[in-house]
Amino acid sequence: MSDTTDTGPVLAADGTPLKRSLRRALRAQKMRALALIAPLLIFVLVAFIAPIADMLFRSVENQIVGNTIPMTVEELRDWDGADVPDEQVFRAMFFDLFLAAEAKEHTKLGSRLNYEQSGMSSLFRTTGRRVDNMGKVFQNAFKEISPQFDDAQFWFDMMSGGAGAEGNARLISNQIGRLERLEATTFSGDVGFVPGAAISDILPNTARAYAAFAAFTHFVNEDVVSEKKPWEAVHAALAVDLEEPATAAALAAYDGPGADALRQAAAAELPPIDMKAAFVDANKDWSRIEYWQVIKTYSPPYTTGYFLNAVDMEKTTQGVALRSDDERIYGLLFKRTMFMSLMITFSCIVLGYPVAWILANLPARKANLLMILVLLPFWTSLLVRTSAWKVMLQQQGVINDVLVWLGLVADESRLVMINNQFGTIVAMTHILLPFMILPMYSVMQTIPPAYLRAAKSLGATNWTAFWRVYFPQSVPGIGAGSILVFILAIGYYITPEIVGGTTGTFISNRIAYHISTSLNWGLAAALGSILLAVVLILYWAYDKIVGIDNVKLGG
Amino acid sequence: MADTGNNDAFVAFERVQKSYDGETLVVKDLNLSMPKGEFLTMLGPSGSGKTTCLMMLAGFETATHGEIKLDGVSINHIPPHKRGIGMVFQNYALFPHMTIAENLSFPLEVRKIGKSDREAKVRRALEMVEMGEMGGRRPAQLSGGQQQRAALARALVFEPELVLMDEPLGALDKQLREKMQFEITHLAHELGITTVYVTHDQTEALTMSDRVAVFNDGRIQQIAPPDELYESPQNSFVAQFIGENNTLEGTVREIKDGLALVQLDDGGLIDAKPVNVEKAGDRTLISIRPERVEFNRERLSPDAHTLKAEVLEFIYMGDIFRTRLRVAGSDDFIIKTRNAPDQRRLKPGEQIEIGWLPEDCRALDAT
Repeated sequence: MSDTTDTGPVLAADGTPLKRSLRRALRAQKMRALALIAPLLIFVLVAFIAPIADMLFRSVENQIVGNTIPMTVEELRDWDGADVPDEQVFRAMFFDLFLAAEAKEHTKLGSRLNYEQSGMSSLFRTTGRRVDNMGKVFQNAFKEISPQFDDAQFWFDMMSGGAGAEGNARLISNQIGRLERLEATTFSGDVGFVPGAAISDILPNTARAYAAFAAFTHFVNEDVVSEKKPWEAVHAALAVDLEEPATAAALAAYDGPGADALRQAAAAELPPIDMKAAFVDANKDWSRIEYWQVIKTYSPPYTTGYFLNAVDMEKTTQGVALRSDDERIYGLLFKRTMFMSLMITFSCIVLGYPVAWILANLPARKANLLMILVLLPFWTSLLVRTSAWKVMLQQQGVINDVLVWLGLVADESRLVMINNQFGTIVAMTHILLPFMILPMYSVMQTIPPAYLRAAKSLGATNWTAFWRVYFPQSVPGIGAGSILVFILAIGYYITPEIVGGTTGTFISNRIAYHISTSLNWGLAAALGSILLAVVLILYWAYDKIVGIDNVKLGG
Repeated sequence: MADTGNNDAFVAFERVQKSYDGETLVVKDLNLSMPKGEFLTMLGPSGSGKTTCLMMLAGFETATHGEIKLDGVSINHIPPHKRGIGMVFQNYALFPHMTIAENLSFPLEVRKIGKSDREAKVRRALEMVEMGEMGGRRPAQLSGGQQQRAALARALVFEPELVLMDEPLGALDKQLREKMQFEITHLAHELGITTVYVTHDQTEALTMSDRVAVFNDGRIQQIAPPDELYESPQNSFVAQFIGENNTLEGTVREIKDGLALVQLDDGGLIDAKPVNVEKAGDRTLISIRPERVEFNRERLSPDAHTLKAEVLEFIYMGDIFRTRLRVAGSDDFIIKTRNAPDQRRLKPGEQIEIGWLPEDCRALDAT
């Protein structure tokens, strides 16, 4: 008793604060509750939340460009986009593409960029086949200067700077990291090669190219680096290094392994390095400035490109702009999806309300029988139901046959009721009707008949009693049913796919197309995200206007 | 008693029958007439047909046969909303999506009464039930008693001449129920409205009504003012249904000077007032109220017959004592005595003699 009059916290009998004591007492209960919901919680997290998060991420994710051609992205950063990039960019592209082609990742980049600019896919594919040849020139030249350049061990010794030399560990780990990003995996273990610090100062390109080669050979090909002849790209890199006048001077003072051969090579005449010409020769599209603009535009790791695409816009050099009229399809599809979902919801209300009313007002036994009829569609395969509508509605179908037989429609002008919006609305209204009837029914069941009687005893006609007293109380059921039907309808796929033809398809059909046919998952994810956002906004608006407390699914 | 200046019945049931399934009758040949301003209660167990009668009067059920007249006019074919009868429902049936004022305004709106008139009437009705401040609230925000008052106000706001109430106090607790019983009767008499009240609670029926119609098995068993009903039940059903009652079975030995001598099945003899027994040899059920049983020999007339009884149980109930006896082979014979200073408290096991004034004991039909 005295505890409660104290100003301090209330204490339990044993002197611990009452709040803590209570928490402890409830903990076991809470843990048990948590354990009970844990299976579902984990399932939802894994099967629902995670995929949605992944989808949201995919809709903006664009790391493939930076991961595949990082040096090119770096070089393009300062490019003004006014003219075809210079030789530096092409050289970076050569080394990037060489590694990507070895890892067979260049075609993925090509497909990715092809979403933005058609032709990109073949550009990368054809050039990927040619990069070996572009480097071959230099490999042959070095072999002529000294046969040592054709020896795997010689290269290994030269690039590692000999036993006991100071190593450049950062360079090799950078290359491993790059390879990891390219292959979207992680490697562990030692490559067995560390570039020499001195040689990597003198021949930076060569050291980097050899390190990339070493990492790839060890981790991907699982070979011993010192036993493998370096790639053509390494020879090309050496040529690039030797082209620099300062290199010869630095080599003069160098005495590590292979120094003589290198000095010999520096003194010799090498084939000219013109990667730009080589690329254009491989595919003349490399000289088209818009291709390079696309690469530059989509080089950041995150992009709004998919979303812009999903709202019929595109990135141009002048900034964001609406696509030309004939390329705008998603706005139309979104509008159509909304319109048709609303029509379906409305039809469900009109058809479902009287049924729910009868269900709620029939004696239990008859109501159960009718309920089975309402639920029957649930027990039939969705495909069967949809196909049945096809049989009903097609031009040689049941309804048309009957109309023709009755003489209401001429045989040559049979009604087109399928493969258009009408067909989709009819079939989907039928399929979604139970979702409207059930919540309406469960709400109507809770409205006592006494209200209607009361209204009539107060002098209201049947209609007034219904409209002023019964209907307002059934609105929560209509609300719940409408939300359910609308949200289901807006993302429906199978039925519009089968009966929708070209004018009756939904945005979901387009999403499915991008997921399974065009493989543009980013765009599919962006469209899906917009759909999700639309649903959430509508839900929010509904909450503001009607109030979500007024939605009753039962009781 | 209500003023019955108008001799013509205001509400009349004439040979009314009702069947739901075409095989059994729930209301069998009902005849009833009510003068204007009367407070009539229909009392009976569930399934006795009382609510059906009320619903027929309100127009929610149609009579299978017979005529129901309101103010001399047959209303059999008038739909409920044109009958102008106020009704209070069992669970109030206040419209949950409207405020109390809107609820009260509803019957006026459908009668196309102007806004200012409407507001005045609603205010007056709310004040009448002492709910003047509650007009803006929703039914869910009110207590049971307040909802009850609001429902009453709504049934009265359009000034009907007849108000029907279907067990309106069933959902209230005892104290509130007693208070509301008083208020409803008071209001009904003050406004001079004719009221038909349905309940299965006999105390309610007795305390509120001018007349009570006891229903059983689709028939009115007895229709009488409360005191008459309690003290002079016309048959054994009414006797057992109204108030607490002791019954003993026996055969009429003789009827003489308006007094029947009944031989109980165990041989004991006792006096009773013949109500619906006619001649010696009739089987009968004699009925005696627990508070009219006397065990003090001195207070009975010297030639009165008495019965032997054994005290089984003595229950102290505060204002009264309740004693259970074994009389004539029956173990549930109850007597009630007032808790007075000189009152004798019987002890279990005690052997006593009981008797009563012949006019307190009624010899009824033996069913």
